[in-house]
Amino acid sequence: MEMVLFFILAIVAVAAGLGVIAQRSAVRSGLFLLVNFCCLAGLYLLHNAQFVALVQVIIYAGAVVVLFLFVIMLLGTEQAEESPDLRKYHWIAGLLLGPLFLIGILWALIPVGTGLAPAATEWLQALAPTDNVREIGAALLTDFAIPFELASVVLLVAIIGAVVLAKKRLEG
Amino acid sequence: MVPPSFYLILSAILFTLGAAGVLFRRNALVMFMSVEMMLNAVNLTLITYSRLLANVEGQVFVLLVMAVAAAEVAVGLAIVVAYYRHKETADVDEMDLLKW
Amino acid sequence: MLETVWLILLFPLAGVLINAFLGRWLNRRLVAAIACLAVGASFVVALLVFFAMLGLPAETEAGGNGRERIIPIFTWIVAGSFKVEASLLLDQLSILMVLVVTGVSTLLHIYSAAYMKGEEYYNRYFTWLNLFVLMMLILVLGDNFLVMYVGWEGVGLCSYLLIGYWFEKKSAADAGKKAFIVNRVGDFGFALGIMLIFATFGSLAFQDVLPAAGTILPGTATAIALLLFLGAAGKSAQIPLYVWLPDAMEGPTPVSALIHAATMVTAGVYMVARCFTLFEASPSALNWVIWIGVLTAFFAATMALVQKDFKRILAYSTISQLGYMFVGMGAGAYAAGMFHLTTHAFFKALLFLCAGSVMHALSGELDIFKMGGLRRKMPWTFATLLVGVLALSGVPFLAGFFSKDEILLGAYEGGALVPWILGTITAALTAFYAFRLLFVAFYGQPRLDKKIEKHVHESSPVMLVPMAILAILAVLGGYIGLPRFLGLGNAIDEFLHPIFAASVHVPAAAENATMEIVLLAISLLAVAIGFVAAYWIYIRNWGLGARMTKSAQWLYDIVYNKYYVDEAYTEVIVKPLRMLGDFIAVAVEERSIDRAVNGFAQLFGLAGEGLRRLQSGLVRNYALAMFIGIVAVMVYFLVRSVWGL
Repeated sequence: MEMVLFFILAIVAVAAGLGVIAQRSAVRSGLFLLVNFCCLAGLYLLHNAQFVALVQVIIYAGAVVVLFLFVIMLLGTEQAEESPDLRKYHWIAGLLLGPLFLIGILWALIPVGTGLAPAATEWLQALAPTDNVREIGAALLTDFAIPFELASVVLLVAIIGAVVLAKKRLEG
Repeated sequence: MVPPSFYLILSAILFTLGAAGVLFRRNALVMFMSVEMMLNAVNLTLITYSRLLANVEGQVFVLLVMAVAAAEVAVGLAIVVAYYRHKETADVDEMDLLKW
Repeated sequence: MLETVWLILLFPLAGVLINAFLGRWLNRRLVAAIACLAVGASFVVALLVFFAMLGLPAETEAGGNGRERIIPIFTWIVAGSFKVEASLLLDQLSILMVLVVTGVSTLLHIYSAAYMKGEEYYNRYFTWLNLFVLMMLILVLGDNFLVMYVGWEGVGLCSYLLIGYWFEKKSAADAGKKAFIVNRVGDFGFALGIMLIFATFGSLAFQDVLPAAGTILPGTATAIALLLFLGAAGKSAQIPLYVWLPDAMEGPTPVSALIHAATMVTAGVYMVARCFTLFEASPSALNWVIWIGVLTAFFAATMALVQKDFKRILAYSTISQLGYMFVGMGAGAYAAGMFHLTTHAFFKALLFLCAGSVMHALSGELDIFKMGGLRRKMPWTFATLLVGVLALSGVPFLAGFFSKDEILLGAYEGGALVPWILGTITAALTAFYAFRLLFVAFYGQPRLDKKIEKHVHESSPVMLVPMAILAILAVLGGYIGLPRFLGLGNAIDEFLHPIFAASVHVPAAAENATMEIVLLAISLLAVAIGFVAAYWIYIRNWGLGARMTKSAQWLYDIVYNKYYVDEAYTEVIVKPLRMLGDFIAVAVEERSIDRAVNGFAQLFGLAGEGLRRLQSGLVRNYALAMFIGIVAVMVYFLVRSVWGL
């Protein structure tokens, strides 16, 4: 059952990813990104990380993508370019390096994943319902209190920065 | 029951797709979206490991990553908007003022 | 009491510091007073120490020098096995030098206060004069070669500074440079000698090196002694390094009196006296000393015969008299040499002060053939000059007579016959040029420039009093060293005896009184001949001198031009060095070094030029570069893990 869900979500996510990078229109890229995020949210649910999944939907899917779409619409850049313009060396570099990169990562990760097969029982147990929100909350406010506070500072700075940067200059 | 390696493979693929998007697209906004995809791929990896190691710290890390990503998107888009106002373009290849 | 000898150094040091840093804002009188008091205080302390020394027994129970003390100040250098203490050696030889230096310096400081009255950089002059005294005292009081070398260099520096006091005048600046550079050649020899001493003896302290001089190889001893003597020749203006002294007359006259007559130039003599054991350990070194000394004495006297410049005559006279001192040293008559050093300090300083007095009165005129008849207009100067000339010539009962004759006696007794003959002839020459100076400048009809003649006046008492004191010393100073045949005992010989006790040259006993008297008579005859000749040419037959010159013009020209030695040096040494310097400046400095350094800097510029093209401004290129980097790193690690490298 889980396997089926996983594969559905995985395939849709990959397809959406391809869509993001391959679409001519920026708006469509944004929408595909939305699909990608939702799939990921599903995958988080499969991991029993409900809080994170919800946050993913609210923030990423709900705020970030919307922000992207706003800006795209605002600037009118949906038809920014005719086609992805690839300089010759980018072609070559991309074709060489991309697969190389992927293979490299896979090669590194697979032994890790398969090597831990004996820990499958632990994995199974994790499927039992846990109080995700309580755990995260506890961790955030005790061990990770400082990063938590700092994150709020970062957000504050971002807000101010965004306002300052996007302000229309008063000429003259 | 899905072996963890599957999630990791998926994460790797999404990351590569995001990297490709960054390299191959000229539209600044699409590049941004690709960067977000890369971040998400990493988030997936972190969640996977969090579950694997039965440690909630991974998920906390993901939350913080999301916070930072959100901030980064806000600022980055503000920059793009500001630039667009001056140059009427969001084409990255034309933003080459910082050259020699 | 003896332990307070370091105060002697302290006062001039204080004078230097005060005048150097505060002198610009102090009243002129105060500056001069500080300087004079500094040296005067040193003199007073020196006197007290001297009398305390006299109170001590001359010999200790162990047979050593009872009046010798070593006063440590601080440990200067400790570097492995090389250890040098900054200490003072107080004994008869050093206290004699200290007394001469501080005494004459005090008088000259007072004289300078009036002489330099109109000068602009008053405090500079006195600062350096005090510094000179300090350095000279360090030189004579040091108890090891390195401290002596410090003083040695220091007096050379002060000499340069003071000769070039009027540095805006090219000839003065050149003279200062010449003095310093020629001295440097000598100093180089001295430094090599010191190094050789350390290599041979393992120590630089006098009490380690000098008593052990007999234990080293004669060849090494010769090398050391000759190197040291090279230094002495430089400082004391002997052949071949005397050429700087006549030029040094560009400096103020008190400087000429102090540094180039009484004190600095005697440093070489002192050094030879101090290191006599090293010279005696070598079979030939003393021979060199006596021959160079007598040849210098003779040739310098010949040059003094024809000079027209008041101070130049005295300069050549100084060179000649220094030669005499070295004759004494070379003959083993060390005490006689030191005796002549002392008397010479008195009468030569006096002669220079008279020159200064004349210059002051005649607004700087120095050509004696443009003077004349000053006897009536400057009586006091005339009187003191007469005393000085009599002393220089070796007229009996004045100081020069006693000291010079003791040297000639020592030469004769030491078996150095030719030096004795040459020395006696030189005595005749000395008398001649000394009286020539007196007669031409002060007797006869005035040949002065009309404008100058109106202002001729006697000098102020501040200048005359030191002159008078020196005149008294020039008369009485000789009595500390009476000839032996009189049987009254030679005070200075006895005083210095413990220093030179280890010498192989023992003065002959007084039984040979007849020989002494005969030699004395011969040298008196020489003096008389010189006097009569000068009188004949310059008083009785005025114009005879000019006729004699014309008849042997070529000879006159050679001698007048100092045998063209300066020109020879210029051609042989100075010009090639200049060419070498020019060559190096262009070929090495400009082309090689500058190009190398600039080229190296340019390399970075070029690298920057090349590398800046990486900054294309295109974000995607940057991203690509990063991506390539990541992939490369990843591949590297994968390959490593696969092949277990």
